[in-house]
Amino acid sequence: MPLLEVRKMTHYFGGLRAVNNYNLAVEREQVRGLIGPNGAGKTTIFNLITGVYHPTEGNILLEGEDITRLETNQIADRGLGRTFQNLRLWRYLSVLDHVKMARYSKLTYGLAGAFFGTAKRVNEEKATDALAMELLELVGIPHLADQIVTNLPYGAQRRVELARALATEPKVLFLDEPTAGMNPEELIQMMDIIRRVHREIGLAIFLIEHRMKVVMELCEIIQTLNFGEVIAEGTPEEIRNNPLVIEAYLGKEVVL
Amino acid sequence: MTTISASWPTTRQRIRAALSKLWQPYRPVPLLGWLLAALVAVGMEQLVGLPLARTLGMSKIPALFGALVVLDQPALIPSVLLFLILIYILPVGIVARFTAPFTNKIAARLVSYPLVITAVIHLLLLYAVLHIWCDISDYRVLVARMAMIAIILTLSLNVVNGYMGEFSCSHPGFMALGAYVASVFTLVFFVSENQFGEALVPPALGPFLFPLALILGGLVAAVGALLVAIPSFRTRGDYLAIISLAFMFIVKSLFENLEIVGGARGISNQPNYASLPVVFAWTVLAIWIINNFVRSTMGKALNAVRDDELAATAMTVDTRKTKMTAFLFAAFWAGVAGGLFAHVLRYINPDSFGIRKLAEVLAMVYFGGLNSVTGSIVGAVGLTMISEALRPLEIYKWIIIPIMLILIMIFRPTGLIAFTEFNVERLFLPKDKAPEGAEDATA
Ligand SMILES: Nc1ncnc2c1ncn2[C@@H]1O[C@H](COP(=O)(O)OP(=O)(O)OP(=O)(O)O)[C@@H](O)[C@H]1O
Ligand SMILES: [Mg+2]
Repeated sequence: MPLLEVRKMTHYFGGLRAVNNYNLAVEREQVRGLIGPNGAGKTTIFNLITGVYHPTEGNILLEGEDITRLETNQIADRGLGRTFQNLRLWRYLSVLDHVKMARYSKLTYGLAGAFFGTAKRVNEEKATDALAMELLELVGIPHLADQIVTNLPYGAQRRVELARALATEPKVLFLDEPTAGMNPEELIQMMDIIRRVHREIGLAIFLIEHRMKVVMELCEIIQTLNFGEVIAEGTPEEIRNNPLVIEAYLGKEVVL
Repeated sequence: MTTISASWPTTRQRIRAALSKLWQPYRPVPLLGWLLAALVAVGMEQLVGLPLARTLGMSKIPALFGALVVLDQPALIPSVLLFLILIYILPVGIVARFTAPFTNKIAARLVSYPLVITAVIHLLLLYAVLHIWCDISDYRVLVARMAMIAIILTLSLNVVNGYMGEFSCSHPGFMALGAYVASVFTLVFFVSENQFGEALVPPALGPFLFPLALILGGLVAAVGALLVAIPSFRTRGDYLAIISLAFMFIVKSLFENLEIVGGARGISNQPNYASLPVVFAWTVLAIWIINNFVRSTMGKALNAVRDDELAATAMTVDTRKTKMTAFLFAAFWAGVAGGLFAHVLRYINPDSFGIRKLAEVLAMVYFGGLNSVTGSIVGAVGLTMISEALRPLEIYKWIIIPIMLILIMIFRPTGLIAFTEFNVERLFLPKDKAPEGAEDATA
């Protein structure tokens, strides 16, 4: 049984068929890629799997359990963590608070703890602090813990998103263009971080990328999407040589 | 044009530099030092205030730091200023400054004790200051209690309008529920010879069971909040403002038509249970619990939901539960404040909980600052004072206050002290070895 399975998922936005008959099987510790031209439906697929939208048709199974109709926060709690293509950070919260926030569903101190500052809450918040610091170290920004996110450079903000997603204890981590807008140096660093995260936490990763270098180097299997349909799936080598893929990208001046 | 724009910032800088130099000797004064100094000042007022006021040509001690004479008897302004300098500013300045080594030593020793003990010592001192200050006149007792009730109201509304970033208008409604429930409770159980018949319980028990009345009022308000929350938070979108406004009017007309509680005439003769220490204790409790809540990860989820709801849900935050909890929690405290309010004035009618009350609380929240406990305290106390000062203007007060509010919104859109964290641990620390740039000297 695959860790995460999507069966025959189709989604309409009004009359627009954004995703058509999409299938996916993610194995444990696998690193997968999803590529395709702008507007192909990549982000929509992430949104559908993580419960932001519910698909018009099809099913999503996590460890064999149907999660298609669950709410986003429940799905996140079950183990699908994600980052966003356009950064979605909380303006007034510190970096540390961002990471801690992703522990929301795991906190057990309840309202009594929140209102009266019980010993249980103090201990639990302390443990969460420690965990959050560990994750910030993993992504290389422990020194920024007390900063307000809006003051940070772009690359650091992306790392905050990554650390925050990791704090939900994902079984599958969804990265929507993790290197978008980065310079070559930041890009190399981000790839290193993704490799390190994969090695140390041992989770499955599913990433959307426009930069072929990143996908080709990181992923074991790549899906290519065009107009909401998968037109090719295979190893980087197979994708690189697939005529359909080349055609979908023609005129985009992308060197595969 | 160029000379103005070139010299303007330097003048400002010069003023700022001068102020900071003036402030320099007070940087190492811990909170304990300020409280001690305030105690000396109110003690002095108690002892020599009246003779001094008479000498300066006033009939009595200026009740609210002279706020009342500004419009009433402008000719007295110089005397009032002199009084303030002699009774408050000089004693506080001198005592705070020269006891600093001593108060810092005590503050440093207090650090090793549990926070509760340190907090209780500070609160006792603060209460002593308040008590002695209020001893001068009944008017002060009334204003102080109203200001503290305003703090509870403002802070709880800030949870919804600031921390959660929604716009709720139902606070007067929740307050009314709390006020009526608590009033009926105390009148039925502890007071004889009224529309509810004889007292059911020996009236001597009243003051001890008063917290029950307040909590019951708070709980009923929270149930009312549930009626607002269920339709408002079902879908994403801005329904809360309109539904909560409707709720406020419904509650008001409900009480207007409920003859058992006096209809439009209201109810009166509530027992005198909301004394200064009682209101003080409830205010401290409210600040403590609300501050605990907004500083917890569960409370900060409100900020996350406000600033990016999608990101919050993707990080496991249950947005609906978070919003509901915060809204009911805020309503509970509005209810408690309502109960206190009813027992301070000892007379309420449905009109006390209308649009005017709403404007007042909203003004306090936005004036003081969104998303900030300190801001709410400043907003509530500040506006209570200003409102008292403007009392001679009667209805025109309601032109001045909105104009002030508009100015605040233009120049500081989030309020005076917005988006800060009220860190109780840091508040009590000694200040003599404070690191450079520690800007938290909240005097
Ligand atoms: N909420 C929505 N409502 C209506 N249409 C939408 C919505 N979200 C996306 N779409 C449409 O669905 C299609 C796929 O969009 P999507 O964002 O998934 O593309 P993408 O592959 O992620 O593109 P990019 O590479 O630019 O990020 C686009 O035509 C887009 O306009
Ligand atoms: Mg996209």
